[in-house]
Amino acid sequence: MMDTIAGLQLGFSHALTLTNLGWALLGCFLGTAIGVLPGIGPALTIALLLPITFQVEATGAFILFCGVFYGAMYGGSTTSILLNTPGESGSIITALEGAKMARNGRAGPALATAAIGSFVAGTIGTLGISFLGPVVVDLALRLGPAEYFSLMVLCFVTVSAVLGGSALRGLTSLFFGLLLGLVGIDLQTGQPRMTLGVPELLDGVNVVLVAVALFAVGETLYMAWRHTDAKAQVRKVGSIMMSRSDWKRSIGPWFRGSLLGFPFGVMPAGGTEMPTMLSYYAERKLVKPEHAGEFGTTGAIEGVAGPEAANNAAAAGILVPMLTLGLPTSATAAIMLSAFQSYGINPGPLLFEQQGALVWTLIASLYIANIMLVVLNLPLVGLWARILKIPQPQLYAGILVFATIGTYGISNSVTDLVLLYVIGIIGMFMRRFDFPTAPVVIGMILGPMAEQAMRQALTISEGDWTTFATRPVSLAILLLALAALVGPRLYGRFAGAR
Amino acid sequence: MTGRRHLLAVAAGLLAAATAGEAHAQQRLANLYMFIPAGPGGGWDGLGRAIEQVARQAGLVGSFQFENVGGAGGSVGLPRFVGQRRGRPDALMVAGSIMVGATLTNKTPIGMKDVTPIARMTEEGGVIVVPASSDIKDIRGFLDALKANPGGTSVAGGSAGGTDHITLGLILKALGRSAKEGSYVAFAGGGPAQAAVLGAQVKAGISGLSEFAEQIKSGRMRALATTGDARAEPGLPTLKDAGIDVVISNWRGVFAPPGIRPDAREKLVALMTELHALPAWKEMLKTRDWGDAFLTGEAFSAFLAQDVTQTEAVLKEIGLA
Repeated sequence: MMDTIAGLQLGFSHALTLTNLGWALLGCFLGTAIGVLPGIGPALTIALLLPITFQVEATGAFILFCGVFYGAMYGGSTTSILLNTPGESGSIITALEGAKMARNGRAGPALATAAIGSFVAGTIGTLGISFLGPVVVDLALRLGPAEYFSLMVLCFVTVSAVLGGSALRGLTSLFFGLLLGLVGIDLQTGQPRMTLGVPELLDGVNVVLVAVALFAVGETLYMAWRHTDAKAQVRKVGSIMMSRSDWKRSIGPWFRGSLLGFPFGVMPAGGTEMPTMLSYYAERKLVKPEHAGEFGTTGAIEGVAGPEAANNAAAAGILVPMLTLGLPTSATAAIMLSAFQSYGINPGPLLFEQQGALVWTLIASLYIANIMLVVLNLPLVGLWARILKIPQPQLYAGILVFATIGTYGISNSVTDLVLLYVIGIIGMFMRRFDFPTAPVVIGMILGPMAEQAMRQALTISEGDWTTFATRPVSLAILLLALAALVGPRLYGRFAGAR
Repeated sequence: MTGRRHLLAVAAGLLAAATAGEAHAQQRLANLYMFIPAGPGGGWDGLGRAIEQVARQAGLVGSFQFENVGGAGGSVGLPRFVGQRRGRPDALMVAGSIMVGATLTNKTPIGMKDVTPIARMTEEGGVIVVPASSDIKDIRGFLDALKANPGGTSVAGGSAGGTDHITLGLILKALGRSAKEGSYVAFAGGGPAQAAVLGAQVKAGISGLSEFAEQIKSGRMRALATTGDARAEPGLPTLKDAGIDVVISNWRGVFAPPGIRPDAREKLVALMTELHALPAWKEMLKTRDWGDAFLTGEAFSAFLAQDVTQTEAVLKEIGLA
């Protein structure tokens, strides 16, 4: 504890120099910009910035990288909310309620709650890195494939929150997502599955592509097909500021989302997607009855505040295994580690001892970047929200162009553009026949993760299925999933019988 | 987060002034197109950009143009390189042992036989580790456990059919077991595999030495043996020292497109030979902790052919090729 405070003091004294503040600002700016553009993520940006590590001293370069990393998490929600076009997988859930809020004249509060929620989560996450890092990492390492599989089973329960009116339709969508998730090389055997001989499909279908295709392209095509009344509408922009009630409704989700997200980020196989799903499910269940009707209809602010905070706290958590153990648990962390190596620094468990000044400066710059980002992003809310003043036909045309360019940016591959439009057309028909699209994306994210975790666990246990029930943590998570699934129903029956 | 990234990255502009003060050699090529069949930031990308850095500083090559087409251990990029650059004298692709395995398991119609080997540049030996808390104290103990009960001795490593998996297969074969009996747990990327060993979720792990080196130094993992030809550290035996005739490493090198003229091939071999002789290259190998595995011409071609045969035999036995 005292060491941590002394370390932070040292870190801030290095980070608060003019040059390092400059690097932080540049990183935040770049990060926000690439977060807004779909397709280009922080991993790619940092990779392209790697050559500067030949010329800049280590501290400056890492402050820049961390700024990009945090900035991208802030910017990622913007297009999700305004254009229903998520730029990275952690922002997909944000689009569910965010885009509905924007459509109903509440783009300003949605963007603001995302930005402030990101700040709250970023601060909690950075505090977590400073004070809890080594402890939580040791706990997280005790989780093996069996526990991860159980966690994913728990996340599958959240699908019930987005199934919509008809369980049959919702489950059909979920299975379509699971099917898409199977495409590509199977990790455990190295064999290609359902790639139809197309080499571009060997690495599977990109989940961001599918989300953009279903949410943005499908919606646009549907509008073009069904929008017969000639009068072009201009959407209401509404108030930019969050009202007192918006604040009240956001605070709980911000903190719950942050506390949920951070541990998932620390887990070596956690990631940012699972906590956003769980947070969405939790907020939907915890919402006050008078606002419950807004979920899935006009858009509930809780459904933006929670997942967005979870996403950012998880992103901060990802830095913990990287800094304390040298474990790259995401693409961005892997690239940052290779940057360490080009300075001749070997990241690992001894990093804190050998490069203390560098690590603490980096952590201090995370606090600074977080403040810079909220200052940078809040004034932008009004500017972004004005995009919705564009008349609908032109706006939808713009979304289509934006989605197309973004998808091409992910991979430079024509195959992906064909996929975008094929899945987009499927999305259009799903919309027409009232199939919910969110379960497709959830199935696609969870399906492959759950499959690999299950097979890893079974290889380790030599095919013994009881491994999921005999490992105590795994059993506890499975029981929690069971309670979440049947609990509300039993309670409803009990309350009804009285 | 699928790790998939193919993209065009023209990095020439990013690396401007860095050439001051160096004695300039004669320029061999005005322009070199460098194709990386993997995303930026990985091992192949690292080698490609290290070559750029040294060659440009020494003035051997005027300018570089990079293209990254990642995915499936190079199986996505390879057909593109072969199709688009056929016969071009000024193009190189970075690849290595991972691509040998990947093209075999993916059964791609285009394989290593379709490119022109120029030079093997680096190699990295593998290491077998156990968690610090493990009962297994040395390589003998590991081999005994593996021989007695291969199914119960779970081993973590990179994706199935990769170098780590093949190492386990070769060890099992040398022990008189079938490669198929192994209990190999594939993880996507080095981080999750390391986490599985650190948390003692598996009995042992196999990966590149540099990947595990820091964990070994800190005492969180115990190194049992390395897989290379010579000892990486005096106190750490190789598999050969332990009586297992297995030598395997993760090598990386450069290849030209198919159908280039013999004199163009000679020119590229000469360029890499000259680059390899530079003190700046030796310095680079040291900073990056890469083993020097320089090999060109017929010797490299023969090595490649042998590597393909050996890999294919193991993969067939596991049932992956």
